[in-house]
Amino acid sequence: MSTQVSETEAETEAETESKPHQERRMSEKAARREAADRERLAREQLEAAESTVHLKVFRYDPEVEGKQEPRFDDFHVPYEKGMTVLDALMFARDHYDSSLTFRHSCRQAVCGSDAMFVNGSQRLCCKTQLGDLQEPVRVEPLPHQDVVKDLVVDMQHFYDQMESVEPYFQSDEFPEGEEQRQTRENREKIKMSTRCIWCGACMSSCNIAAGDNEYLGPAAINKAYRFYMDDREEADLEEHRLRILEQEHGVWRCQTQFSCTEVCPKDIPLTEHIQELKREAVKSNLKFW
Amino acid sequence: MHEHDVIVVGGGGAGLRAAIAASEEGADTAIVTKLHPVRSHTGAAEGGINAALREGDSWEMHAYDTMKGSDYLGDAPAIETLAKDAPEEVINLEHWGMPFSREDDGRVSQRPFGGLSFPRTTYAGAETGHHLLHTMYEQAVKHGIQVYDEWFVSELAVTDHEDPSDRQCHGVVAYDVKTGEIEGFKANKGVILATGGPGQVFEHTTNAVANTGDGYAMAYRAGVPLEDMEFVQFHPTTLPSTGVLISEGVRGEGGILYNAEGERFMFEHGYANNEGELASRDVVSRAELTEVNEGRGINDEYVHLDMRHLGEDRILDRLENILHLAEDFEGVDGLVEPMPVKPGQHYEMGGIETDENGETCIEGLYAAGECACVSVHGSNRLGGNALPELIVFGKRAGHHAAGKDMKEAEITTGYSEDAESGKVDTPVEPGAVTTTSDDVAADGGAVADPTGVVEQTVEEERERVERLLEKEEGLQHAAIREDLQDSMTQNVNVFRNEEGLKQALRDIREARERYQDVYVDDPSRTFNTDLIHTIETRNIIDLAEAITLGALARNEFRGAHWRQEYQERRDDEWLKHTLLRWNDGDPELFYKPVILEGENKTYEPKVRSY
Repeated sequence: MSTQVSETEAETEAETESKPHQERRMSEKAARREAADRERLAREQLEAAESTVHLKVFRYDPEVEGKQEPRFDDFHVPYEKGMTVLDALMFARDHYDSSLTFRHSCRQAVCGSDAMFVNGSQRLCCKTQLGDLQEPVRVEPLPHQDVVKDLVVDMQHFYDQMESVEPYFQSDEFPEGEEQRQTRENREKIKMSTRCIWCGACMSSCNIAAGDNEYLGPAAINKAYRFYMDDREEADLEEHRLRILEQEHGVWRCQTQFSCTEVCPKDIPLTEHIQELKREAVKSNLKFW
Repeated sequence: MHEHDVIVVGGGGAGLRAAIAASEEGADTAIVTKLHPVRSHTGAAEGGINAALREGDSWEMHAYDTMKGSDYLGDAPAIETLAKDAPEEVINLEHWGMPFSREDDGRVSQRPFGGLSFPRTTYAGAETGHHLLHTMYEQAVKHGIQVYDEWFVSELAVTDHEDPSDRQCHGVVAYDVKTGEIEGFKANKGVILATGGPGQVFEHTTNAVANTGDGYAMAYRAGVPLEDMEFVQFHPTTLPSTGVLISEGVRGEGGILYNAEGERFMFEHGYANNEGELASRDVVSRAELTEVNEGRGINDEYVHLDMRHLGEDRILDRLENILHLAEDFEGVDGLVEPMPVKPGQHYEMGGIETDENGETCIEGLYAAGECACVSVHGSNRLGGNALPELIVFGKRAGHHAAGKDMKEAEITTGYSEDAESGKVDTPVEPGAVTTTSDDVAADGGAVADPTGVVEQTVEEERERVERLLEKEEGLQHAAIREDLQDSMTQNVNVFRNEEGLKQALRDIREARERYQDVYVDDPSRTFNTDLIHTIETRNIIDLAEAITLGALARNEFRGAHWRQEYQERRDDEWLKHTLLRWNDGDPELFYKPVILEGENKTYEPKVRSY
């Protein structure tokens, strides 16, 4: 492969002076034309679409004038069967307003980053079909969490709660060079609890968590359940785990409203898990009384 | 400026394993990642982890299958290291509490996968990656490893020696997505790139939106060669509408592929008379597309994958996640109807050239996981070999960077005097558009002082980002990215020919030229995803070009690289790795021979039949 194309050295001084200016003007012109083309294309797509979807999207940016006051923006996007809320948001961002901000990555319901409040309920946008929703589709950030910008919320508190239950396997005695044994039943017991993707939908839907900032919340308690119920962790750790869960802002705060279970995109029976841990706490206290 | 011994870029499987290993060696370790670690794409892996755990199996068999699967383009020292280290690492994961699927006797389950001579794919339902990612993140929390989440690493701080092999990496520059701050991260012992795959180079991909190949592009521009980039794996079973992956586990458990005429085409049309659906991925992908191209596809687009006969109990026990994916993303109930599937971009077999210890030719710079090429996958990766690669080579890179005494690597890296230089006839000039590219390593001679190198790179990044944000008019990245992805999917797909590859190069050149005019419309410093995607788009352009140049140059048919004009594997000329180095903006092609000599034997290339 050859070297870079370099500008010819024979250019006159006048040319080198005027050229950057001219080039800039040309490129700006081309850019404007391209932007106009793209908008026209989007409009054509919209007009040609058999149907469209009307989105009302929450907007807020603390540092941009005109966006500091929260508002809703309307977007109309071309609709095709099978389209999800995330697809519509991406279309709106890529074709109408590149500043529209939201988290997303895997778009297959495993990364947990696009949990939002859609038509009044916590959902993962990537697995929510537009066809199942009433219009206009209202998209807001997860409630009860600080909004960073548009649909992005601050997840730090959620992560802190998750980490406060010591969410890691703590055994340190293992069979040499081979796996520990675990029954199918025990794996089945913890299976649902291990499916959590840390999306934060449950925490956001929980009235108790909204009123008590120290409440561990359904996701963190479920994480603790996952280790407490795992037979591979030694029995003497159970009490240690229960202590964390029994604290003032632990399992007893749950008022079994089932909202977490209802919104969980991975169908984890969160409320049930919390109740099981309450029973374990009672049983363990009975031992000492 | 932040300062740590070891800085790991990326918080997925390879990054977490590297960080845990470095931390275990006593290094002060930090992970800098543009997502939160649990959002990483490792979580989307479904099928399982290959490791010879059982009687009747052996690391030698695993190594042989991998070499055969690679179509003899893997390096024996890398493949044997993978096969030897994998069992211990899988047991290790189990000891960390990973919820593997179990047999009646309580041991971890294994199942058959394509191209394997023994059912050695260990798994956790059809969500193995999710469990692996979370289990390792839990251990990172246990070790107290500092995580800078939502910090986007945009450049490496590397000295500016003329020869890349003399350069040193002293850290990275990262952009705090939440606040817009650009800061330096100084690494006293090493930087490990574990940034995952580049799937977003293509339009139809199983990869996450975040998989924009940032690590490859940064290493490439810093002077590290990219190896074997033309070998892009297309997975035979992805959902047509979204590219969502349907695990090979479905075929491993006995799932069957049918064409529109209800024929089990893998057998009936003779694509793989012995292995059928369990032939390796390149073979099955081509078979499916051939069916579609010959008019036997469904809706002229896809084929059917049927698992109904496996029965509800077995499906729920081992493939439950597949039912959810088919239902949520295609509206199909896998228990009562077959699932539509077609090939989609899935994995980049090539990557940042490293040795068995994860080290690149730049001192202090490592790479592991999908972004690296050791190389274990050669021209075709076997299903179930990506996850062991993450943990085996992530760990080794972590150990080496932390200063652990390790056996010297057998694989050599970097451009050497005996490298065979390559030539390719390109229709347009590849590489940087302007010679005054700011993509070179730190310039200005701050060679001796590591802090100076980091500070200077930070300054350059600040200026670059400032320019993007202050420009008031221009092109937006989304249009450039979309056109590039379309061209790559059309021209550099499962089936390739010279004209298509040349067209792709023209389109890539156009993307480069348009990118000169790119600007960021969103003026905000807070969570500016417009800016992030703009920076990522530059990385995608560089990678698209590396893939296409390698593909155009390799005029043979090997593994995943099918060429219309060349329908044979040509071992006499092509048992060699393609390497491409940036050379300060001018891509330079060269080759190095494949290493077929293993510990106890030499692998003899044979015809691959399944």
